[in-house]
Amino acid sequence: MMELLQMLQQAGQDLLGPAWLPVWTLVKILVIVLPIMGSVAYLTLAERKVIGFMQIRIGPNRVGPYGLLQPLADGIKLLFKEIIIPDNSNKFLFILAPIMALAPSLAAWAVVPFGEGMALADLNAGLLYLLAMTSLAVYGIIIAGWASNSKYAFLGAVRSAAQIVSYEIAMGFALVCVLLASQSMNLGDIVRGQQSGAGLFGWYFLPLFPMFLVYLISGVAETNRAPFDMAEGESEIVAGFHVEYSGMAFALFFLAEYANMILIAFLTSIMFLGGWLSPLPFLPDSFIWLLGKVSFILFLFLWFRATFPRYRYDQLMRLGWKVFIPLTIVWVVVVAAWMQTPLWFW
Amino acid sequence: MMNFETIVFYVFAALTVFAALRVITARNPVHAVLFLVLAFISSSGIWLLLEAEFLAITLVLVYVGAVMVLFLFVVMMLDINLVRLREDFWRWLPFGLALAGLMVFQMVWVLGSPATSAGKTAVRHAADYSNTKELGRLIYTDYVYPFEIAAVLLLVAMVAAIALTLRRRKDSKSQVVAEQVAVKKSDRLRIVKMRAESRE
Repeated sequence: MMELLQMLQQAGQDLLGPAWLPVWTLVKILVIVLPIMGSVAYLTLAERKVIGFMQIRIGPNRVGPYGLLQPLADGIKLLFKEIIIPDNSNKFLFILAPIMALAPSLAAWAVVPFGEGMALADLNAGLLYLLAMTSLAVYGIIIAGWASNSKYAFLGAVRSAAQIVSYEIAMGFALVCVLLASQSMNLGDIVRGQQSGAGLFGWYFLPLFPMFLVYLISGVAETNRAPFDMAEGESEIVAGFHVEYSGMAFALFFLAEYANMILIAFLTSIMFLGGWLSPLPFLPDSFIWLLGKVSFILFLFLWFRATFPRYRYDQLMRLGWKVFIPLTIVWVVVVAAWMQTPLWFW
Repeated sequence: MMNFETIVFYVFAALTVFAALRVITARNPVHAVLFLVLAFISSSGIWLLLEAEFLAITLVLVYVGAVMVLFLFVVMMLDINLVRLREDFWRWLPFGLALAGLMVFQMVWVLGSPATSAGKTAVRHAADYSNTKELGRLIYTDYVYPFEIAAVLLLVAMVAAIALTLRRRKDSKSQVVAEQVAVKKSDRLRIVKMRAESRE
């Protein structure tokens, strides 16, 4: 496999010269983005199936065997629908908003390591880059809410902005703990820091268990998923920020939401669950483990949605500001002190 | 022949200047804020070219990701009369230009003087050099007192801002969250055991 890649590199160098680097990078980007888009499509199907089974229904089963072609049908349907631009809306921003929602969630994938040395960009400040990119995602939602010139959309946007800004702080502090434990902001190094002879006991979810929970729950809140989907709140504000959107513009918001879910699942696996490391010391490390962990966390996302009723807005703010942020700040100090003692095994 | 980095620099610099100009010339305040966001992002690109990755990404993270979101939030909520906003533009323009000229003069003076530039050339570091680690080390060793003082100042400012704007309205209704959290199942729910009725 490696030899084949090297041969390809060599052939490309000879053929294109200096233009080979951008071409090769583009190929790598496609290799990452296309499977993500495929996973997004099938995550929607998985969501409907899983929630269906949890509610003792069958879920989509008409299009293709077991409904396996359902995402394709949905995609084609959305593609052929008209994009209606409301009167008195800000047309440029109205079209820009879905793009602004999807672009950062794809850009963040640049630093995600899929295996030993398998990352598009092996940045030293990878963790910071991720935080910056995920913090940009809120713009799509705010701009969409404002540009639609609709009360429901604007309410959704305002809710979402306040929610994302609040939970970002807790998320950031949770990652500071990971940074302390691994002493690196490079995502690859963070995974390697969890390598030990003890398998899954070497992973950071053990010493940082409260942070693991905070990160996971904040991740659900950041992606505007149930039970924190106040930005959509279909029973209160119809569909929140994307109420005026239709067709592909609406689909982009959906793609962004699911791509963000997958990203959060990957990040949780990398930061707390040892990334591509195997849980048992005698089994080889591989990308398969990472996929397994990611699938488990994505299943949690769907499970939450099927189980919990939506939070009330003041409860959401209370959880973010009065529970998570103090807890994370205290845990930063605890971890910093703990690392100075001989009882730190990680 | 310009090398690639120089071209990138000029692209980012032109973008920054253009966005900054549009911040003050844009008709709509929301557009102005979005142009300010663009200005931040492109100047962070310039910082990245200087290999100051920590500062560059922190600029995006803090200013674009948090501060400007709240700005946007406020500007969208305000009921702004666009005509009144434009009225004083020409009146204040000479004053603004004078101020801008003064700042340009200062910058040129400081950056162009031999005291700041002579004998100091930028050092290229290896790819594994961590800007973040170096900054952290400096802030928490050599500059620890100024850093702490700045932090305390910010805290005081924050407390003051909250204290100044905090008004408790007597007539507003709100939930007492502590009571809600303390509620037990037995306070509200009574489970009645009864035999299943037979279906006829």
